[in-house]
Amino acid sequence: MPALVLAEHTNTALDEATAKTVAAAVQISRPVHVLVAGSNCQAAVQQAAKLSGVEKVLLCDNPLYTNFLAEPVADLVLSLAPAYDAILAPATANGKNTLPRVAAKLDVPQISEILSVESPDIFRRPIYAGNAVQTIEAKGFKKIITVRVAAFTAVARDGNAQIETIPPAADPALSRFVGENLSRSERPELTGAKIIISGGRGLQSKDNFLLIERIADKLGAAVGASRAAVDAGFVPNDRQVGQTGKIVAPELYIAVGISGAIQHLAGMKDSKIIVAINKDENAPIFGVADYGLVGDLFEALPEFEKALDAR
Amino acid sequence: MKVLVPVKRVIDFNVAVRVKADRTGVELANVKMSINPFDEIAVEEAVRLKEKGKVSEVVAVSIGPQAAQETLRTALAMGADRGILVKHDAELEPLAVAKILRAVVAEEQPGLVILGKQAIDDDCNQVGQMLAALLSWPQGTFAAKLELESDTATVTREVDGGLQTVALKLPAIVTTDLRLNEPRYASLPNIMKARKKPIAEKTVADYGVDPAPRLKVLQVNEPEKRRAGARVRSAGELVGKLRERGVI
Repeated sequence: MPALVLAEHTNTALDEATAKTVAAAVQISRPVHVLVAGSNCQAAVQQAAKLSGVEKVLLCDNPLYTNFLAEPVADLVLSLAPAYDAILAPATANGKNTLPRVAAKLDVPQISEILSVESPDIFRRPIYAGNAVQTIEAKGFKKIITVRVAAFTAVARDGNAQIETIPPAADPALSRFVGENLSRSERPELTGAKIIISGGRGLQSKDNFLLIERIADKLGAAVGASRAAVDAGFVPNDRQVGQTGKIVAPELYIAVGISGAIQHLAGMKDSKIIVAINKDENAPIFGVADYGLVGDLFEALPEFEKALDAR
Repeated sequence: MKVLVPVKRVIDFNVAVRVKADRTGVELANVKMSINPFDEIAVEEAVRLKEKGKVSEVVAVSIGPQAAQETLRTALAMGADRGILVKHDAELEPLAVAKILRAVVAEEQPGLVILGKQAIDDDCNQVGQMLAALLSWPQGTFAAKLELESDTATVTREVDGGLQTVALKLPAIVTTDLRLNEPRYASLPNIMKARKKPIAEKTVADYGVDPAPRLKVLQVNEPEKRRAGARVRSAGELVGKLRERGVI
């Protein structure tokens, strides 16, 4: 039986997390179908149809799904569940919000934030904020899985899936969207970013974060921070990377003025390449950094920016 | 209105976790245990609602070994009124926990259940959502702000792009994120008072829930250790290296 992937999208665009979740799904069960539930989400649907390995895109275009509320989306997924062996969603805020509802109603466990598919029944997932990794077997029931998207490489966009329109499920009428306050930033989200540049206490002030932001914009990177920088009020809490903040694993993580407390390392040590810039050569961050620059960040950052410009 | 707050006993936030030599799990012997930090935030929020006169009673429930009584005492010292200890020595999967909580909800009839968004041991982030589904209740997960009216809970949620606000028809489930509040330290008189607050003891069997896990843990391993790489002398050299690797 096929696998179903619940798409992450903004109605106007498909999120990269979907392509990465498809990469996990094709290793578990084929063919793969993608569900795009939203409203006026034609653009996202067209993008989903191009994902390699996707046989069919199910489109449910209804105002009920405009804001991806968990209660109606879970009910829609449940209405489709009998036809699938595995149902996956990216471990984004939406995926994490919605999928456990589906699992509970199906009376099956959920496997959260898989890092890899060892076989169609065996998965690796982090516990204790990544300080240990579980290998678990799920056999004999429908698999409900969220995917740590940073651990998977997106599938190519050379596909040509058929698009099928499906009807909405009944409105559970339990919750109502009131409003949202999304960061105005043009920068990518921390959890989905390919490159993250984070600042710590070493930045010394909110204003100095500009040095980081300018480089972020040149690299198309997200801006993160250590808990120390958040507690000092340099940046809002939603930028915090670490055990109690966001857990990230981008292609490139640049830690600037961050000593590398264990709680911070827990949130970023699975990044593919780690760069540390710190004036203390004994800072623990250098113990996990692929490239370490010992020096004053107020000299290093402008120099870094200049080197980026010089091609 | 009554509020139910489930609390879990987990390895303390500040303890460096070690994987057992036989790879069956992590070392729990002689390790400091504490209330799950997100659950502590849940207790704080419930107690604040009581202090504001929005709720009448805060009931804390913990599912775990006898020692989970200490976790309940922490909640009671913070201001919860009474505790329920559902004794169970083995690990439970989130779905089993949600089923036990559903039974507790049936008994206690709370108007609101506030849970931590996840436990910092298994990092599943499932129980609140599962409980909401089993009860067919609405959910406000990853709450950064909670406003309670007589028939509605308005929850501002931390989502990937910022904040989203939803209105939930009560009864409802709320799960806490870090920004919701800063939990108080229990004062000594309150810790003393908590010793006299009642804790009812139950077992999983009392609620008719099958506790058997359905996922099989084959192994628990240390994550791949990172090794320190090379030092670079200048930011220019650094940019060169990153270009060589093709990441910028």
